[in-house]
Amino acid sequence: MNENVVLRVFSKLLIPFILLFGLYVQTHGDYGPGGGFQAGVIFASAFVLYGLVFGIGNARRVVPPRLTLILSASGVLIFAGVGVAAMLMGGNYLEYAAFADGTATGNHVGIWLVEIGVGVTVSAVMIAIFTSFAGRPR
Amino acid sequence: MLDVIGHYNYWIAIALMMVGLNMIISRPNLVKKLVGLNIFQTAVFLLYITMGKVAGGTAPIVKAGLAIYSNPLPSVLILTAIVVTVATTAVGLALIVRIKDAYGSIEEDELMDRAKDETPS
Amino acid sequence: MIFAVPDVLLLALVLATAFAIDRLRNLVAVVMLLGLYSLLMALVWVVLDAVDVAFTEAAVGAGITTILMLAAIALTAREEKSRPGVSWAALAVVMATGAALVYATVDMPLMGSPDAPVHHHVAPRYIVEMRNEIGVPNMVTAVLASYRGYDTLGETTVIFTAGISVFLLLGRGRRRKDDDDQPEGGS
Repeated sequence: MNENVVLRVFSKLLIPFILLFGLYVQTHGDYGPGGGFQAGVIFASAFVLYGLVFGIGNARRVVPPRLTLILSASGVLIFAGVGVAAMLMGGNYLEYAAFADGTATGNHVGIWLVEIGVGVTVSAVMIAIFTSFAGRPR
Repeated sequence: MLDVIGHYNYWIAIALMMVGLNMIISRPNLVKKLVGLNIFQTAVFLLYITMGKVAGGTAPIVKAGLAIYSNPLPSVLILTAIVVTVATTAVGLALIVRIKDAYGSIEEDELMDRAKDETPS
Repeated sequence: MIFAVPDVLLLALVLATAFAIDRLRNLVAVVMLLGLYSLLMALVWVVLDAVDVAFTEAAVGAGITTILMLAAIALTAREEKSRPGVSWAALAVVMATGAALVYATVDMPLMGSPDAPVHHHVAPRYIVEMRNEIGVPNMVTAVLASYRGYDTLGETTVIFTAGISVFLLLGRGRRRKDDDDQPEGGS
């Protein structure tokens, strides 16, 4: 597929929009359908498209496997860390209301942070799994 | 008299579940088994989401002027279940690739024959 | 019950796709049909008001799963070995289980019924109290991330564990000679 000019040009145009849509889904999950799980998969799909069109070697240069490993762990750490932060601010574990005196605002902040953790883990894991399968010698 | 439309989704869920179960237990190909597992899981999702639907309700996103919402809880459970499904599928596929590398086949009966040959008696 | 019309039609298509998947022996075709199956299911979720689930199903089921299955098939075999005959024992087990399950559905609440027990336990509390307690319009996100935050934390850990498992099983996708434990070189 490496010689196909139309695919290369078109996917280069498409990838920024997929990433932008992923960011929209990530940050807009509290108002409409969406959230960390979906955004993570959409983010990863941009990478999958890049890997399919430009070859897995180039894709691995864009997102090195070590980076996906670190990111997938740090997403879980963000989620768990938000819980610990809530404890430090005087609430129970994962009781986001502790972030602000007004219950609703604290919850909004907490949900937003937690969704980022989910999104980071899901996208990094999906990228890692794709790289593992696609980069294996036939 | 049994309400057919009212039970239709449950019956489709059961039919899908049985198609998946049949693929898991009677197809020797490991990829086909995994596909069957996927279909089985989707059938469970259908059962849950069907129970969450309220006639005349809308999607559970608050908007002024709307009073009836479908149950958000099944959506939450199934949303996470779908992502777990892809995780289990990925691990299963990775295992199949390794089985192919080690034994040269992904057909269950051939693998069983290989295992029988290799067992020291 | 206007939603019942697309629901009935879509689910009939879904069932037909499932039978086709069962019959086909070409695994590439099977995976393509599985993608179609997921896409149809996503439409069913929209009809049944589970928009977040539909979004996830379309992205995960029709997208990532198809890619992973194709990658795995490319590494193993494209064709299922054909065997004559039907496994009657398996069919008997499946039929018996199916019949028992159908019997169990007879006294279940009808689809869409607002009187079903599911809608009278915790759901009304979520729907009513959520506006004051959380202040996020999407109830699914509110329940997912806040009320059931522990659950989602566990879920994220499951995804992480799956990623690590695949990584351990297949390596990072570097081309190796013949030794799986060979230390990594420069890329």
